[in-house]
Amino acid sequence: MTIKEAQDEIIADFEYLSNWDDKYEYIIALSKELPLIGEGYKKEENLIKGCQSRVWLHAEYREGKLFFTADSDAIITKGLVSMVIKVLSGQTPADIVAAEIYFIDAIGLRNHLSPTRSNGLLSMLKQIKLYALAYQVKSVES
Amino acid sequence: MTTITDITAGQLNIEKIRKDFPILSTHVYGHPLVYLDNAATTQKPEAVLHAMDDYYHTLNSNVHRGVHFLSQQATEAYEGARQKIADFINARHNHEIIFTRGTTEAINLVAACFGKKFLKSGDSILISAVEHHSNIVPWQMICEDRGATLRVIPVDEDGELVLADLPRLLEGVKLVSFNYVSNALGGINPVAAIVTAAHERGIPVFLDAAQAVQHMEVDVQQLDVDFLAFSSHKLYGPTGIGVLYGKEEWLNQLPPYQGGGEMIKTVTFEKTVYNDLPYKFEAGTPDMAGAIGLAAAIDYVLGLGIRNIHQAEMELMRYALGVLGEIEGLRLIGKADASRRAGVISFLVGDIHPFDLGEILDKQGIAVRTGHHCAQPVMDRYCIPGTVRASLAIYNNRVDIDRLAAGIRKAAKLLL
Repeated sequence: MTIKEAQDEIIADFEYLSNWDDKYEYIIALSKELPLIGEGYKKEENLIKGCQSRVWLHAEYREGKLFFTADSDAIITKGLVSMVIKVLSGQTPADIVAAEIYFIDAIGLRNHLSPTRSNGLLSMLKQIKLYALAYQVKSVES
Repeated sequence: MTTITDITAGQLNIEKIRKDFPILSTHVYGHPLVYLDNAATTQKPEAVLHAMDDYYHTLNSNVHRGVHFLSQQATEAYEGARQKIADFINARHNHEIIFTRGTTEAINLVAACFGKKFLKSGDSILISAVEHHSNIVPWQMICEDRGATLRVIPVDEDGELVLADLPRLLEGVKLVSFNYVSNALGGINPVAAIVTAAHERGIPVFLDAAQAVQHMEVDVQQLDVDFLAFSSHKLYGPTGIGVLYGKEEWLNQLPPYQGGGEMIKTVTFEKTVYNDLPYKFEAGTPDMAGAIGLAAAIDYVLGLGIRNIHQAEMELMRYALGVLGEIEGLRLIGKADASRRAGVISFLVGDIHPFDLGEILDKQGIAVRTGHHCAQPVMDRYCIPGTVRASLAIYNNRVDIDRLAAGIRKAAKLLL
């Protein structure tokens, strides 16, 4: 599945959810599907500091693709992180660098990407792009 | 639901008061707004909005320096505001009232000026463990600058300051600064005991009253504090203006804070002679509209009666603690007794992250604050990432509390 297809799938799922509590229930359910970061990786250097909730992120490069694991102490953030990882994990660094992430806006959670929201999601997206950029440079060099 | 029973709370008609605040009729995500973030900032009554509008429509002119009619009118209104504030907190003189941008600036002013004059290497400043960052960082900065140390009065599990060790803590201390009411926990701190102990040793006391003046009577002569500060915007007034009170004998000893116009008597390139109190501390054109808005807010509060406000809010606090106490898994942080609290209810529910709970409440039109409330050391003390904080003002009613309780239950169902 491409990054675009994965995003469109989430948007389509959300179209069935008419009220906000159903949307949140769905996000919370997704939080349970997040590929959890190994406890050993839950350390300071993998911590993405939002103002209120914390997000840990780990990246692994296998056969030309990047795979992410993560965790968060806030469950809604964790659900959103889970969606982002569903969309971007298993893609090539070049595709991740080039990706435009539009699904969060499309499902009505744009405010979660506002810098004032400070829940770590925006910083996490930046961090994923940075990882991708680093591996892209590495793969070009080798 | 038994929500209409509180049309009057003590002497006050809360439903009538609500009509004075236009913003309270706002809808959020289709729900009527429940505004419970009053410790962050209160809403403004029509009277305040009108006073500020009127100032710009009819009075606007620079104060203290014009010979012309409008300037004199504006000066009268501005100085009238100062007198009103002096009366409001029962200051002995109106020149003991310094206009600042808020509580934070007032603390920075005293920290910088007092520190420069009185603080030497090896001295200490004493604060408490339940302070807002704005009553920690300015003292930390001046201590670092002067080679002094910052000491802390500890707090126990119930949110009470532990005074047993106070005599030892006060040794070598040059100034004590603490809050009347904790913004993070809502507990009322023992001002008299600390002031007595400090004064016995000739140590001045700074009281941060940012979370007190809107909830209870504050009389600086009775409290006998040497400095006190509060912000207009938490007292139903406009943002951007606040008050520093200082006893004349202390303010006269402090060097000026900022240089500029207004704070001088004569200026030559060799030497400037500073102005008298209060102007010595008010460099530049002041926030005239803000001062007039604050005066209108004080009039509004005095019109309701600060004792009536205190009584009504205490009744609502008792009601809220009762209603919230029935919620399974809800843990109150701080003092359990409503009479030892003012304004703030800080809590957690099960292991729900405060941020998650705040978001689900927001979706139901309920505005609370989540996080560390600019008091990270308080959160560290209780080993929690933060709390959900509901904070009351005079326009809150039992409907607000019932909506909050229902909102928490709904959130718990989703999140637990």
